Amino acid sequence: MSAAAPATMPTSGGEIDGLAEGVVLAVTDLETHFPSRRGVAKAVDGVTFTLPRGRTVAVVGESGSGKSVTSLSIMGLIAPPGHVAGGRILHRDRKGVVRDLAKLSNAGFRHIRGPEIAMIFQEPMTSLNPLMRVGDQIGEMIALHERISRRALRARVIELLQLVEIPEPETRIDAYPHQMSGGMRQRVMIAMALACRPNLLIADEPTTALDVTIQAQILALLRRLQADLGMSVLFITHNLGVVAEIAHEVVVMYAGRVVEQAPVGDLFARPSHPYTRALLASTPNIARDIDAEGRRRPLAAIPGAVPPITALPPGCAFAPRCAHVLDACREGRPGLVAIAPDHVTRCIRRDLP
Amino acid sequence: MSDAPLLRIEGLTKHFHLPGGRVVHAVEDVNLAIDRGHIVGLVGESGSGKTTVGRTLLRLTEPTAGRMIFDGTDVFALSARDMRVWRRRLQIIFQDPYSSLDPRLTIAAIIDEALDTRGLPKGRARRDRIAELLELVGLAADHATRYPHQFSGGQRQRIGIARALAVEPDFIVADEPVSALDVSVQAQVLNLLEDLRRRLNLTMLFISHDLSVVEYACDEIVVMYLGRIMEKGPSRALRADPLHPYTKALLASAPQPDPTRVRTHVPLAGDIPSPISPPSGCVFRTRCPIAIAACATRIPPTRDLGGGRSVACLRVGEGADHPPFEMEAHA
Ligand SMILES: Nc1ncnc2c1ncn2[C@@H]1O[C@H](COP(=O)(O)OP(=O)(O)OP(=O)(O)O)[C@@H](O)[C@H]1O
Ligand SMILES: Nc1ncnc2c1ncn2[C@@H]1O[C@H](COP(=O)(O)OP(=O)(O)OP(=O)(O)O)[C@@H](O)[C@H]1O
Ligand code: SF4
Ligand code: SF4
Ligand SMILES: [Mg+2]
Ligand SMILES: [Mg+2]
Repeated sequence: MSAAAPATMPTSGGEIDGLAEGVVLAVTDLETHFPSRRGVAKAVDGVTFTLPRGRTVAVVGESGSGKSVTSLSIMGLIAPPGHVAGGRILHRDRKGVVRDLAKLSNAGFRHIRGPEIAMIFQEPMTSLNPLMRVGDQIGEMIALHERISRRALRARVIELLQLVEIPEPETRIDAYPHQMSGGMRQRVMIAMALACRPNLLIADEPTTALDVTIQAQILALLRRLQADLGMSVLFITHNLGVVAEIAHEVVVMYAGRVVEQAPVGDLFARPSHPYTRALLASTPNIARDIDAEGRRRPLAAIPGAVPPITALPPGCAFAPRCAHVLDACREGRPGLVAIAPDHVTRCIRRDLP
Repeated sequence: MSDAPLLRIEGLTKHFHLPGGRVVHAVEDVNLAIDRGHIVGLVGESGSGKTTVGRTLLRLTEPTAGRMIFDGTDVFALSARDMRVWRRRLQIIFQDPYSSLDPRLTIAAIIDEALDTRGLPKGRARRDRIAELLELVGLAADHATRYPHQFSGGQRQRIGIARALAVEPDFIVADEPVSALDVSVQAQVLNLLEDLRRRLNLTMLFISHDLSVVEYACDEIVVMYLGRIMEKGPSRALRADPLHPYTKALLASAPQPDPTRVRTHVPLAGDIPSPISPPSGCVFRTRCPIAIAACATRIPPTRDLGGGRSVACLRVGEGADHPPFEMEAHA
């Protein structure tokens, strides 16, 4: 494989056509497996979605549904013995070269991670070095990819801190992570991700650990950066309220599979998949769940729990909890079906109201 | 609704002393009354003192000052010995269903341990009671012989609730009881709590950072900031007509599952200050969009507005309408 060749050479290996114009990333039938003595854990087992250029696509799903493993697969960061076992991850870089990241070597990824695709990881404290000043950590990211003088580097870092709206960047550049609040640390993480001016940003639950007030600040920042820099963003969350605030399009995952993708307005107004509907119905909503006399209506909880990925039922993974299940659902695995030009769902029932 | 509240907290204060003489003002002069059969929600940003309030009520943390009159008794004045007897009347449910259960014990043994304090004789009656408790929280009697790791997160939280209910407490502090759960399972546990409240007339302090959960689950809401109560009132009134600028900002910050709502402003800038050196006067003034000079020198008194509502802000009710909290527009 010649994927180690610089990304600027359009003739190097791992490149392919077949990515629609205006699409930055298209994941098709992705499978990521973790073998162990007790069998293979199929953490991602049929993930298909597209990310249009300059848009924010939110991936939403409950804990363990495979959101982080999907993003780590895109970044080529699945640690062995885990591996991408199938499917394609087509990515178009800023020069228009299309590659299948599922087949890219580690060396090939060196030109992708940072300048093309950057990621904000779910655990902020594990990705920030507590012993290093935040400015040095951001600077390190830049120096990894370009030759730059110390003075120019410091200026660039201050510029980045300004970009993520950190007050007094000239002083904060020399702070250590523990001297900052959770919100400020998350801004530093965003600055690090933006250091090499990526055109695709993957943000894995960037606001989950934050207070709602700080979450609102970070969401506003990400919305502004996305629009100003024209970035494409893959935003991972389990919170439907956050989805409504940040996303242009939504991908819903359940038990390692994508069950629905739709523009955000459609998804909330006309959710199609029974799981998406159940998820929306189980989130407390005062207007709906409390009647005029102030009495609570029971929430529409989904019975049971997500099955462990090592013991998924045959057929539709949602079948054991689905209110609309038929015998046929337990037999074959439903495929993704388009029910509108940009709305797909993985459910065999077309007859639900 | 009974006439006298089940418990009344007066002037509750908790300072933590750090090495070097620094003092964390975790809870400062909190006054609160909770009626029997009510669920009171406690909200506020991280570090506002919610957990500390809950723990001091159970004397898991000793208060620095204040009184708690519970059913006629000043609980903070009880000797350690009397407190042991009292403890069973006050229970706590923790956030983390994973770490709050001993992994080496079966579910039966976990609940059995709680029943010890109840003085129920071992044997048949106990086994029946354990089965009854498991059924009460929606588990099966034959789950009793299993270990915590054999249960899902939602089931573990049910076990935590069964353990708390085992001793028939008068009052339960639930510290973020559904925060670690997925929404689909969170709904199951919220339904269970509501069901139990109705059947057992439970009184509960429900701590959460999720406003939509608190609005749904609680009869009243108490809003804390930097150790102090900013506002309290019945859930519906507080939501429909929040008065304190901090309550307004919190409500406006909560993301809504409605993509037609377009946010045009960030409701609250900056971070919560350190409780080691809280701002003078009103603790909220460093982030308050309508602060005036007086806010730096006067601690706003808590004003009773009737109807169960009260607010601590110098500018609420001064007549003039404040700059509107324009936070959103509809697309
Ligand atoms: N390194 C690994 N080895 C084995 N299994 C793994 C590994 N990493 C993840 N998994 C499993 O893969 C599944 C998907 O995990 P993933 O972290 O992608 O979930 P998630 O959707 O991001 O959940 P959360 O919302 O909790 O972050 C889980 O069942 C998890 O236990
Ligand atoms: N044992 C302790 N020693 C010193 N400081 C403490 C101790 N426990 C709590 N604090 C401090 O007291 C303040 C209030 O903490 P508390 O845990 O009550 O907040 P909280 O509102 O429950 O926050 P969260 O939403 O993060 O759970 C914080 O600043 C915290 O760091
Ligand atoms: S395929 Fe069947 S079980 Fe699966 S979501 Fe659709 S109706 Fe439910
Ligand atoms: S007292 Fe002053 S600073 Fe405090 S909330 Fe009211 S207006 Fe704002
Ligand atoms: Mg994850
Ligand atoms: Mg707490």
